[in-house]
Amino acid sequence: MQGDYTPTELLAVVASRLLEDGKSAFVGTGLPMIAGMLAQRTHAPNLLIIFEAGGIGPRVPVLPISVGESRTFYQAVAASSMHDVMSISQSGYIDYGFLGAAMIDMYGNINTTVIGDHDHPTARLPGSGGANDVGSFSWRTIIMMRQEKRRFLKKVDFITTPGYLTGPGARERAGLPAGTGPYRVITQLGLYGFDEATQRLMLLAVHPGVTIEQIQENSEFEILIPDRVETTEPPTAEERRILREIDPTGIAIGK
Amino acid sequence: MEILAEGSGELVGWHDPDEHREWVRQNKSRNLLDKRMSIAEAVAKYVFDGAFIAFGGFGHIRVSMAAVYEIIRQRKKHLILAGKTAVHDADILIGSGCVDRIEVAYAFGHELRGLSPASRRAVETGQCKVVAELSNAAYQWRFLAAMMGVPFIPTRNMLGTDTFKYSSAKVAKDPFSGKPICLLPACYPDVVFIHVPRCDMYGNAQIDGTIIEDFELARAARRLILTTEEIVPESEIRSKPWRTVIPFFLVDAVVEVPYGAHPCQMPLRYFFDEEHIGEWLQLSRSPEGTKEYFDKYVYGTKDFNEYLELVGGLRKLQYLKQVEELRAPMRAPWLKKKEE
Repeated sequence: MQGDYTPTELLAVVASRLLEDGKSAFVGTGLPMIAGMLAQRTHAPNLLIIFEAGGIGPRVPVLPISVGESRTFYQAVAASSMHDVMSISQSGYIDYGFLGAAMIDMYGNINTTVIGDHDHPTARLPGSGGANDVGSFSWRTIIMMRQEKRRFLKKVDFITTPGYLTGPGARERAGLPAGTGPYRVITQLGLYGFDEATQRLMLLAVHPGVTIEQIQENSEFEILIPDRVETTEPPTAEERRILREIDPTGIAIGK
Repeated sequence: MEILAEGSGELVGWHDPDEHREWVRQNKSRNLLDKRMSIAEAVAKYVFDGAFIAFGGFGHIRVSMAAVYEIIRQRKKHLILAGKTAVHDADILIGSGCVDRIEVAYAFGHELRGLSPASRRAVETGQCKVVAELSNAAYQWRFLAAMMGVPFIPTRNMLGTDTFKYSSAKVAKDPFSGKPICLLPACYPDVVFIHVPRCDMYGNAQIDGTIIEDFELARAARRLILTTEEIVPESEIRSKPWRTVIPFFLVDAVVEVPYGAHPCQMPLRYFFDEEHIGEWLQLSRSPEGTKEYFDKYVYGTKDFNEYLELVGGLRKLQYLKQVEELRAPMRAPWLKKKEE
């Protein structure tokens, strides 16, 4: 049974379930913010939410539309600065970092800068923003994106944000903080992790109604498929009710 | 120190630290002076063609839009912009043709509202050149190095990526840990505009809410122009000195411009004007629409007050105050589009 939830609701719910109570999460606006707020209102009331412009531990009244706006420090424990939150990220205080992506490769390297040649682009995208920092500093990075063959690529046009680069040991050889890297990728089709030995993208769970064939068809590179693949638990009525409460106008969740 | 890799991006805003010290000695007054002037005077006096400019705030938050419009009105040319998560400011400065080079951490997008048609078109046609890439933390740490008066600062971001390859940074072997480390060059913009809620006539300024990177940026700036919601007596500053984020000697001009961040948000005072931002996003889909926007709102108005009248005057501004105070819901054309 697929239920009547939307794909966006499913993404938010899957992301929220990954977050643990008493840990910290560096979030952007939109789905990551919603995932964090949902986690706080269900299993992780003491999830510490941090925004890159300096909002630390807010009680967000309505969904912020920008990572720097005043809702991101509403009743927060601190309204500080980017230097402060980026420094605590670099020194190891961030458990979970959230990223969106236009394109990804099998090692979780992400492109949000440019399609085509950098100096003569087919399409110019916004660039790193805080993504390179989140992907470099967070202990565990969670990537949320749309899965299509033109987005799951053998080689991305531009590595904006580091995944596992060229495979095992590459992050450390490049000088990135040890023990960090992409942890999960969530798409409209499934939930992915990274194989420990090869650090390649590996399927963990398919969403209800999705087949393994569809998972592979929507990727240019080969996705590792383990013997045992879970099926995502659909959003509960309670989770969906809270999502509506968090985003009543459908800014990120849609109608 | 052994250099392991070098980015190919253009190094903008860097000065030898001794050269900068001497420049400060000669050009920045430590005397308490009344620095009040109009935005037209400040832009005419400090923004030269070809200048490397930066704006305080972040995205659509606390940006000195009064300065942005005045730069366009005065038709400044060949400016280089710090795309330190520059969103609306970058989009209209590039769209107007005033900025033709940009160093990018984040630009060409309006966060949840969608991508920026005008500035993307400029980059995709080669009218605006991206001179270097970097990340948000990297940009503010470039300002941190500048404010410290050191030539570079070592960091652990950017490593292993194309963001580094297209940056002006270098990777060296850290003499302490032996690991590769990113060296970000100091960055001193020629002119910086920061919008604050209040300051005195000398430029002692407070900021409400997150400071974002304005502490570092104010100290990295060569010329710093404050636009402010209100000018308050010096005694108000001195009664709470721990609230001063920017002290007077960093400041070259003080301009009182109420609602000077419109259509951006001024935390605790007024919300984003999503209707106006939406109008720009709609019009800027074509070069003709872009021209129509500038003809109406910038070239067609003699100053910022006339512009405020045109976008809806007091009634609009009171509504934006209510949204900011959570007393009225947001109206946004882009939100309707998402529902369709």
